[in-house]
Amino acid sequence: MSRFRVSIHIVPRKGILDPQGKTVADALHTLGFRDVADARIGRHIVLDVAAADAAAAGAAVREMCDRLLANPVTEDYEIAGVEGL
Amino acid sequence: MKFGIVTFPGSNCDYDAYHAVTDVLGADAVYLWHKAHDLEGADVVVLPGGFSYGDYLRAGAIARFSPIMREVAAHARRGGPVIGICNGFQILCEAGLLPGALLRNANLQFVSEPVRLRVENAETMFTHQYRAGQLLRLPVAHGEGRFTGDAETLDRLEGDGRVVFRYVDAAGEPTADASPNGSARNIAGIVSAEGNVLGMMPHPERAVEAVLGSTDGLGLFQSMLARVSA
Repeated sequence: MSRFRVSIHIVPRKGILDPQGKTVADALHTLGFRDVADARIGRHIVLDVAAADAAAAGAAVREMCDRLLANPVTEDYEIAGVEGL
Repeated sequence: MKFGIVTFPGSNCDYDAYHAVTDVLGADAVYLWHKAHDLEGADVVVLPGGFSYGDYLRAGAIARFSPIMREVAAHARRGGPVIGICNGFQILCEAGLLPGALLRNANLQFVSEPVRLRVENAETMFTHQYRAGQLLRLPVAHGEGRFTGDAETLDRLEGDGRVVFRYVDAAGEPTADASPNGSARNIAGIVSAEGNVLGMMPHPERAVEAVLGSTDGLGLFQSMLARVSA
């Protein structure tokens, strides 16, 4: 078994009102960043996982996302990186 | 008739629920620690309000994996009544015992205030002591009460009469301003398809005596008592 650092991005699903994201987008517009079309604010989770290889680490983390880390009703997740330690 | 009131680490309305069903309603009740594997003969399970596991990750997301939840789900599958109030509603959604999810209030504020509700379905085992369309005044106290679901889920809930309570204004209309949290279609409470699992954000257990400012929550407990004792 090797150890991997797996990063996960979880964001509110498109179409679901994200009041934090909307407020931040409005603030950016006020500052003159008018090119910002949308902002969504979610969470970033970093796990230190033991697995046979990177693919196995990714598969295990996907199951963790499906069962606990993300809410399938309201959130989308993506595995942003799997890095050997 | 015995209520089982689950205490998770971070529950804070378990005493209120206990007081409501014992001292006011006159029923028996037992506290059920979240690590227990047994409902101790409870006829009705109450998942009370609070901040189980500090609301870490998402409200209710971790509590749903507490050992007692296995027994609660089995009880629900057998048709046993389960009521989740506030954090209890969040836990029921996370556990998949009710559809949808509860998100951060649209105004990003924690709201603690009395709200007006309209009884949308007075046929359920939880609400048959009310009249359809009856207006209630109950307190809410939550930061994540914005009920949401996809359009298909919401349509199904509406079509099947599973929307039990809706936030309304003084005229009894579900206007956008009447909702304390921006919930979809002003939904404040829903039941499962089989009708034996209820989730609601407002706190009926805090409105059971005149000294608390409202007795409008009592009908909910009387409804369960009448139905389960019958």
